[in-house]
Amino acid sequence: MSDSSGKPETESTRRVFAGLIPHMDVLGMDTVSAADGVATIRLPWRADLVGNPETGVLHGGVVTTLIDTVSGLAAITALETPEPVATLDLRIDYLRPATPRVDLFACAECYRLTSRIAFIRATAYQSDPDDLVASSVSTFMLTKSLGPQATVVAADRPR
Amino acid sequence: MKLADIIAEAHRSHDFSGLVEAIPYARFLGISVTERDGDLIARLAFDDKLIGNTLLPAIHGGVIGAFLETAAIMKLLWTRESVHVPKTITVTIDYLRSAGPRPTYARGIITKLGARVANVRAEAWQSDRAKPVAAANANFLLPSAEE
Repeated sequence: MSDSSGKPETESTRRVFAGLIPHMDVLGMDTVSAADGVATIRLPWRADLVGNPETGVLHGGVVTTLIDTVSGLAAITALETPEPVATLDLRIDYLRPATPRVDLFACAECYRLTSRIAFIRATAYQSDPDDLVASSVSTFMLTKSLGPQATVVAADRPR
Repeated sequence: MKLADIIAEAHRSHDFSGLVEAIPYARFLGISVTERDGDLIARLAFDDKLIGNTLLPAIHGGVIGAFLETAAIMKLLWTRESVHVPKTITVTIDYLRSAGPRPTYARGIITKLGARVANVRAEAWQSDRAKPVAAANANFLLPSAEE
């Protein structure tokens, strides 16, 4: 991880990030911490996010969204100057169903940062951080570092 | 009504829209399915709440991932006789283009259907099917009747 000097405070990063991602608020996601390439987000259980109405287990896609979001946040906070990032690829292993009516957390770490790509690993868990619900690796493309000529290419990516 | 009964009814009527309606998160996202040209096509209606990037604007990558996973599961349910919902083991999503503020479509392609595990590829597109916005590859555990 690079030197933390010159980076904005966690609170301002949090505010900027939340305002840019309406879907975070829609799902009820709450940033627990985000600084220096490590981020944690909490997602309270909600009935309309369920995948199986008989068991009340959250839909796998909710876990996907939580992990994609926290991984992008880890990438952004790893940068000297925060900038939008775009998911290139995201792999998720679903290790166990999330227990209904219990908060779900996801924690991500940027373990390698190059001039163009952030490499991230993330986990999702509930009350015990060692009892994983899901595990993930992903890569994110830094958009501004590509330079002005690459703006169109960068803008043509999701997130 | 139990999920297995809803799946059985979908097979009887060749209409899987009732099944999607029974899944809270699929309903929340605005996913629907239709049979078209002998295939099952999933549709994600656009809504402001799906936006992940207000600057572009673009649909959240996680939503696209969830949509691809749902399209893959629906394709498996549509193809197989079983009334048991496949369980996702792994999903790998490649993000290819920005998904803009308009409807998104997806189809699943079953690469291998085994007795215990199925491998499914899913592609999502918007206005042009030849220009996918994202593609996923997923492995599913196929529960046996007693599970």
